[in-house]
Amino acid sequence: MDNKFWYKKGLKDGIPIALGYFAVALTLGIAAEKAGLTAFQTFIATGTTLASAGGYAGINVIASMGGYFEMFLTMLIVNARYLLMSCALSQKISPKTSTLHRMAIAFGITDEIFGISSVVSGYLNPFYSYGAMTVAIPGWASGAALGAILGNILPASVMSALGVGIFGMFLAIIIPPAKENKVIMGGIIASFVLSFLFYNLPIIANNISSGMQVIILTVVIALSLAILFPVKEEDADE
Amino acid sequence: MNNVYIYILIMALTIFAIRVLPLTLIRKKIKNKILRSFLFYVPYVTLAVMTFPAIIYATSSIWSGVAALITGVVLSYIGVSLFGVAVSSCVVVFVIELIMKFI
Repeated sequence: MDNKFWYKKGLKDGIPIALGYFAVALTLGIAAEKAGLTAFQTFIATGTTLASAGGYAGINVIASMGGYFEMFLTMLIVNARYLLMSCALSQKISPKTSTLHRMAIAFGITDEIFGISSVVSGYLNPFYSYGAMTVAIPGWASGAALGAILGNILPASVMSALGVGIFGMFLAIIIPPAKENKVIMGGIIASFVLSFLFYNLPIIANNISSGMQVIILTVVIALSLAILFPVKEEDADE
Repeated sequence: MNNVYIYILIMALTIFAIRVLPLTLIRKKIKNKILRSFLFYVPYVTLAVMTFPAIIYATSSIWSGVAALITGVVLSYIGVSLFGVAVSSCVVVFVIELIMKFI
């Protein structure tokens, strides 16, 4: 009975997330189509990964025909934040929670589902996460598949416009925290500058794939920030 | 030519491992300050690196891309939702490229 209550609550809270996912996934699907994926492949890729930045980075690797190890490394680095979220959630669930439930919750750790799951009162009931996942995952995967289909049909002007949607979403994730935190602000500016240099220096652009550039820049910049400006305990909990 | 399904399998398994390992194995908080800080900064840095300069080269014209960047930064800064920022960036690109056709 308790599980049923939490499942329904999860479903309800998951609906706005699903709608947002659907729209954002459209642009991810368009990128997937450009990289040569079919709608079916896009559906499988997004439905099994549930990651915007991770999905986009993965598609970049496929588009540039990077190696399998490069794909593995890219996923490891680009999705590293889920490691932190998973750590945080491990404090939020009852110690009695079975391994199977832990695995199922883990599959659904996205920025948004993590966000709603980590603020429920008391221990997180796994069925709350399942409720949110029930609507959010199909929203995400079907949006991406539709994007891959429309990518073939829509006129170039519309495609060009929709292509920036995913970057708009990335900006909406990183800019608000930068307002509160000067180190994040500085880190974003440094990232922009170095990324621009990497992109435009022929010696780097011609020899290092774009996926590998993302890994190198992320590790170097984030590690420098961590050493120069280690965060206090509370900051890293969010 | 690499197989798309192997790429997808690597993506799915790696991401799942990242999500599942801490939740199933680590029962205590991470104590290492540098590691905690690194994990804290990673999302911002990686998203920033992927956004710029890619956003200005993603559209038919570099100027509509720059406009999308400015729109995204300003709207995010004043607190517009994720969905609102994404849609607005798209609309700005569409309108600017439409105008450029007539100039």
